[in-house]
Amino acid sequence: MTAVPPAHIAQSAIPRSGMGRLLKLVLSEYFILVLCLLYVAGIYPFVPEILTWGVWSNILGDMMPLLVVAIGQTFVLIVAGIDLSITAIISMAAVVGASVMTGTGGYLSGSAAAVPIAILVMLLVGVGIGFINGMSIVWLNMPSFIVTLATRMFFAGAAIWFVTFHSTSSSIADLPRSFSNFSTGSFSGIPYTVLVVGMIAVVAHVFLSRTRYGRWIYAVGANPKAARVSGIPVERTIMMAFLISGACASVAAMIYAARMQTGSPIAGENILLDVIGAVVIGGTSLFGGKGKIIWTVFGVLFLVILDTSMKLLGASLFAIYIIKGSVILLAAMMDTLRNRILAER
Amino acid sequence: MTGASTPFLRVEGVRKSFFGVTVLHDVSFAVEAGKALGLVGENGSGKSTSMNILGGVIQPEAGSMFLGGEAYAPADPKQAAAAGVAFIHQELNLFHNLTVEENLFVDAFPRRGVLPLIDRRAIRASTEEVLAEVDLQVKPSTLVAKLSQGERQLVEIAKAVSRNARLIIFDEPTTSLTRPEVERLFAIIERLKQRGIAIIYISHALEDVISVCETITVLRDGHLAGTAPKDDLTLQQIIAMMVGRSIDTIYPQRLRSGGGDRIFSVSGLSQPGVAENVSFDIRQGEIVGLSGLMGSGRSELARMIFGLDPFRRGVITINGKPLNDPTPRSAMDAGIAFLTEDRRGEGLLMDFTVSENTVLASLRSVAGALGILDKRAISRVSLDMASAMRLSTDRVDDTQVKHLSGGNQQKVVIGKWLRRQPVLFILDEPTRGIDVGAKQEVYRIINGLVERGSAVLLISSEIEELMGLSDRILALSRGEMVGSFDSKPFDREAIMAAAAGVGKLEAAE
Repeated sequence: MTAVPPAHIAQSAIPRSGMGRLLKLVLSEYFILVLCLLYVAGIYPFVPEILTWGVWSNILGDMMPLLVVAIGQTFVLIVAGIDLSITAIISMAAVVGASVMTGTGGYLSGSAAAVPIAILVMLLVGVGIGFINGMSIVWLNMPSFIVTLATRMFFAGAAIWFVTFHSTSSSIADLPRSFSNFSTGSFSGIPYTVLVVGMIAVVAHVFLSRTRYGRWIYAVGANPKAARVSGIPVERTIMMAFLISGACASVAAMIYAARMQTGSPIAGENILLDVIGAVVIGGTSLFGGKGKIIWTVFGVLFLVILDTSMKLLGASLFAIYIIKGSVILLAAMMDTLRNRILAER
Repeated sequence: MTGASTPFLRVEGVRKSFFGVTVLHDVSFAVEAGKALGLVGENGSGKSTSMNILGGVIQPEAGSMFLGGEAYAPADPKQAAAAGVAFIHQELNLFHNLTVEENLFVDAFPRRGVLPLIDRRAIRASTEEVLAEVDLQVKPSTLVAKLSQGERQLVEIAKAVSRNARLIIFDEPTTSLTRPEVERLFAIIERLKQRGIAIIYISHALEDVISVCETITVLRDGHLAGTAPKDDLTLQQIIAMMVGRSIDTIYPQRLRSGGGDRIFSVSGLSQPGVAENVSFDIRQGEIVGLSGLMGSGRSELARMIFGLDPFRRGVITINGKPLNDPTPRSAMDAGIAFLTEDRRGEGLLMDFTVSENTVLASLRSVAGALGILDKRAISRVSLDMASAMRLSTDRVDDTQVKHLSGGNQQKVVIGKWLRRQPVLFILDEPTRGIDVGAKQEVYRIINGLVERGSAVLLISSEIEELMGLSDRILALSRGEMVGSFDSKPFDREAIMAAAAGVGKLEAAE
């Protein structure tokens, strides 16, 4: 007999001791959340401000644009793709949207419909670029890495070029107050951004974990051949992931543009690796087939706490990079170890 | 060298247990130099454990082994290799991105003097030499990726020969080979024997074992069930020794009606190089066997019907309606189910649970409004499936299918399709790589399926299986339908001749 014990025997074999409980915690999917708490506890003596309401509302505010992009990226990573074009989508959506609603020379300047139409246009830009990505990957069978690298370059450049037709400066300013309200206003104490991104997260979670389409995404990411034989429309599923990623990036573009009251072609320029890093730290696999929205939320939270605490410490930029790099590496190492233990059980 | 009468390898009273469970009980066998020993048994009979002991992967608790007259107790695979024991595994251990010669020398590159540079000329010369010995006509600089499965296996054998192997162990060497490649492999094994190399040949394909080996050893549940010269054994006797009971019960009896409506038909199906004007039909409650050599187009035919591969011309009709330009979805909607020959690659999501796999092809039936899945319904239908299929586990929600045995995995694939109540179930090698006991259960399930009125198209390399289950057997050769055999009992020779592409006229009754 081959010596593979049945799974259920191994599972009940964990001792109920303190060690066993610790192991269980490390192995649970809330591991990154635990890591966040440990980190906050560890850094608290140095920056006691970390536990103030003001800092946490900042953390929450900083999280939202990253989180919404990371949610889109989670879909793409689960279908075993990668979307490098997200920051270019943010730039392009921000400037195109701004060109519609800006008070100085906008297409719909002053009109009551300006803001809703601008929002629609921004979403269309995101979904449109997502469509180009998806088409190239599905129809031409190209690797998503190279496709999205190319669209990233193209639209990052196109966004800057686009601005030159609409503004003498390097960005499109003078966005209407009703739009920038999105970043400052709140509904019964909850900022609009948190409300919107929170809703997106909940919908994304339900979509992934509880619907047929969610199953398609996991199945295609785990094994596209088996998915096809099971009657799953593989191409459509991959396309869907890139459309979602594009739409999510558009929402981030709205948050950034509202916050700066400006459509800038370099909005969110530096967040690409933070986003991918956060999703992967959360536990989503770069090889597809595995991932959860809740993991992504924890991953983004972890990264933003790290960033904020470093700034509070007054660390210089290079120090922030060094510490961030080591902590991410450490987290990734622990995750690998954890997966090894899980695989051996 | 030892004489022909004293065995080259002697294994005596070897015992091994894992976690207190004894998996090998005093197993003994022997191989003479220049002879081949066939080692057969169901999955779990102790074959792999015996081979792992021979290869130094694990060590026995009791018993002794002798190789070439000396005590042999390898502590690790390296020592086994140094003693001249080589393995040709089912899954070959070659680097596809390297050339043939690089693969032969990858762990022992000769250097140019003291320089850390590879002596290319030396490896080329010796590579050409061993390639000639295994009759493989490719350049040493060919990438392994460009070789066929059979050629790759020859490279593995060449590697063993170049290391001066004295005992070569073949583990299921023919599963992914075409028939001509199998013939070539057997010729090479014959040549290895003539060089005085001892062979251990492990396979589920008993007919291959019989044609290659002089002696056959049967293991059952970790015990030695028997050893005998092959001339003293019939196929039936070997199977009886393997399963511990008589073969009569292997193909379960079924009420054959055979007179249902014509429910599925293919006419004039053509795709250049794959299928040539193929036409046939299947009745309700009928099992139609498809016989053909590997490369005859039998799997491709199934893939075209199911919409996985394209075809240029032809009409597929199911339930009286044409199925135009099939895709897997439209084929499924029309009532076709398809068990592919590649269970791990296409049949299942190995890292996913039994439940997740069970409902994968029928998600709509467990989804409510907005496509939201009903988790309790998923558990329930998966449990139903597990008990209907007599699955080894009922922990369907948290058992990953990769932890199941091959037979149980196959039951999950079948169960997944049965949920759709298929009109036509295409089964491509449904019993490949699963043991005799599980095979029997699969046969029982197939019979139950047709008794409830489904039609089955059964593809198999095992002619016994086709004859045991089918109502009618079609023979396919080079993409052409070359024979149809209705009468029972089947004429085994005629079917095989037709599939081999000879005697077309006699076969086409």
